[in-house]
Amino acid sequence: MAAEHAPNASEYIVHHLTHLNSLGHKQAALVDWTVYHLDTLFWSVSLGLLAVLILARAAAKATSGVPGRFQAAVEILVEMVESQSKSIVHGDRSFIAPLALTVFVWIFFMNAMDLLPLDALPNIWAWIFGVAGHDANHAYMRVVPTADLNATLGMSLGVLLLCLYYNVKIKGFGGWMHELFTAPFGSHPLLYPVNFAMQMIEFVAKTVSHGMRLFGNMYAGELIFMLIALMGAAWAGTAGSGLLWLGGVFAGTVWAIFHILIITLQAFIFMMLTLVYIGQAHESH
Amino acid sequence: MNLNATLFAQLVVFLILAWFTMKFVWPPIMKALDERAGKIADGLAAADKAKTDLAHAEKKAAEELRKARESAAEFRSGAEKQVAQLIEEARAEGARIVNAAREAAEAEAGTASQRAKEALREHVAALAVAGAERILRKEINAQAHAELLTQLKSEL
Repeated sequence: MAAEHAPNASEYIVHHLTHLNSLGHKQAALVDWTVYHLDTLFWSVSLGLLAVLILARAAAKATSGVPGRFQAAVEILVEMVESQSKSIVHGDRSFIAPLALTVFVWIFFMNAMDLLPLDALPNIWAWIFGVAGHDANHAYMRVVPTADLNATLGMSLGVLLLCLYYNVKIKGFGGWMHELFTAPFGSHPLLYPVNFAMQMIEFVAKTVSHGMRLFGNMYAGELIFMLIALMGAAWAGTAGSGLLWLGGVFAGTVWAIFHILIITLQAFIFMMLTLVYIGQAHESH
Repeated sequence: MNLNATLFAQLVVFLILAWFTMKFVWPPIMKALDERAGKIADGLAAADKAKTDLAHAEKKAAEELRKARESAAEFRSGAEKQVAQLIEEARAEGARIVNAAREAAEAEAGTASQRAKEALREHVAALAVAGAERILRKEINAQAHAELLTQLKSEL
């Protein structure tokens, strides 16, 4: 932040909610397919690489003998994912189970960025941005990729594509088309349009809710961290502001502890829904 | 909250990461887990087998011990019998030797006293003759009276 004036609460939050994108300023249109969120891409790719490299390291050193703590921890995770995928998806899981593991670990890592001090990474970025000769006031950086709708919808779209792929693979294109027009209400020419409309709504609803659920949780969590940070920033030497500061410490602690549950739970839910949707693609109506 | 091309980039990254996990993470870990499960199953089976083996071995050991005890008892009683017999024999031999020695000593003592008696007889005869010579104041022909003296000697 520039020294000349401290930002007011609204400016602080807006600044924190603005992405570092390929435009250099806030995207004006709601949808613009020429723009990239550089911060989301950087953090999600970095954390994704970190996640798979940690897993790959465990895999490379895996022995069938007595496992170390690290290997045992990864094995617990793998066994959990394996048993969940086995109970949900009936068919070849040689890609689906690893996919679920990736989803869980990657989303957990991205969500966990929420637990870092709110201003730490953005301030470091602002400093780098300033040193590079730009206006540090316009150094935007959002470090929680899952609090970006693009990231979560991107993943849920990936799951949708996989659902379509498995629908065709398991049922054949003809079989799937037949299902699209005859399920859920039954096989009658009059019902074909209704069935098809229902199926389309189902696919869209699944995908949007899948991405939106994760985004909503993480975005709201991030926003509450910002509000708590504002309480802490209220300190001005008076008794009232001191109480606010104490409240900020207390609320920050409670919310961060609660957030440990949220980030794990949301990663788990995303993984389970991925398995459920892909599992549905394996079942014939 | 804007939608943009980040979405598609994220989609691609998502699929690449999942592919990477499928290729390099999942198989080695599952292999290790399956292998360990196999090892544990083998271990449990081996433990079961060892348990039955142990029971067998214990039974066998008890049987052997019982046999050994029996044969030891047999040996001991045999040995005791033998010892008793040896002692008995030794005692009999000892008694025999003592008796023989006693008999030999008695026999020797008998001949010695006999010899002493003979010698005494000779002396007594000589003394008697000498005494008689003195008494009679005349010489008696020893040869003429040898018969008389021998008779006298045997009467002593």
